[in-house]
Amino acid sequence: MAKTITIYSTATCPHCIRLKAFLHEQNIVFTNVDVGQDRTGYDEMIKKSGQMGVPVLDIDGKIIIGFDRQAIVRELGMA
Amino acid sequence: MRDIIIIGAGPAGITASIYAARQRLDVLLLTGDIGGQAVLSGDIENYTGFQFISGVELTAKFQEHLRQFSVDVREGEPVRRVAATGDGFTITTTTGMHTARCVIIASGRTPRMLNVPGEEQFRNRGVVYCAACDGPLFSGKDVVVIGGGNSGFDAALQLIKIARTVTVIEKDPAFRAEPVLLEKARLAPNIELLAAVEVREIFGDTFARGVRIVHDGRERDVPAEGVFIEIGSVPNASLAPDLARNKAGEIIIDGGCRTSIEGIFAAGDVTDVVAKQIIVACGEGAKALLSAASYLNRRRS
Repeated sequence: MAKTITIYSTATCPHCIRLKAFLHEQNIVFTNVDVGQDRTGYDEMIKKSGQMGVPVLDIDGKIIIGFDRQAIVRELGMA
Repeated sequence: MRDIIIIGAGPAGITASIYAARQRLDVLLLTGDIGGQAVLSGDIENYTGFQFISGVELTAKFQEHLRQFSVDVREGEPVRRVAATGDGFTITTTTGMHTARCVIIASGRTPRMLNVPGEEQFRNRGVVYCAACDGPLFSGKDVVVIGGGNSGFDAALQLIKIARTVTVIEKDPAFRAEPVLLEKARLAPNIELLAAVEVREIFGDTFARGVRIVHDGRERDVPAEGVFIEIGSVPNASLAPDLARNKAGEIIIDGGCRTSIEGIFAAGDVTDVVAKQIIVACGEGAKALLSAASYLNRRRS
């Protein structure tokens, strides 16, 4: 069953941009929360990850901080 | 065993890889991330041919160009060690081992830490090292940039459009940034420039709340929710500790990008090249590969 993926990112963050490009390439559907614009999303990201660094991924509740390709591939069973 | 392994997919490594593919060498490119320091640059105005381009866009162009050739690229596999063997080199990464007849080290640099109390504690809780990445998080807030060189002013110029106020702090009596950046910064209404400052600590509660400094003989607190540390960088040369390095820890190279060990070449910011610029790194990557190709040809005959 497909996992629910939420990305917390900012519009200019290079690693966020690359992460989204990577997910698009793999045809993975995700919801993007722009924490630079969305105050509620920003607070949510801080609560889930305990920190402000972007990107933050929420894959069915599993939190990954940063574009950690290996962790993402593992979590999505893509290897 | 590969003909060549290139370490680091920044401007130098990507250029070397393109040249390697065109030389029809069996090449493997190992890297943590793609883009290196270049991808984090806000606005690039001195890469010939591009009057104004962001680091992200320029890196995307480099990557697109690389994709035209079938180069084996392993992203997320940073190199830990390069060791000489009988007929080549063994490269150990975080997930495996590879061998090659020769190596190009293009591993770039990592941001230098300030080493003051609070820096570790508030990392990602206000203390950040990348304005392009994290700038938008401080919209309407007060921020401090520590570092009065090009990186510091590059960050400050991005932040004045986003933050409420920007305070640039420099330890020396003068700012080292390019005159063009200093001029632009001075025009901003919400910027304060402080030189000859000692940073004592970064303080806060759950998140950073400000920086305690000594300026003009007085101690004072600069309130800030974002503290951007831009005080230079250190070369990522620890993967090959036997190579000759200069006092700054950079790998020493000759005109052909050769290091002190035959068969190991180096290019870009990790070396003692006189200028650390994207365009220079690209040139050095090309030189290093052509040098390596000659080396391989000589060994074959």
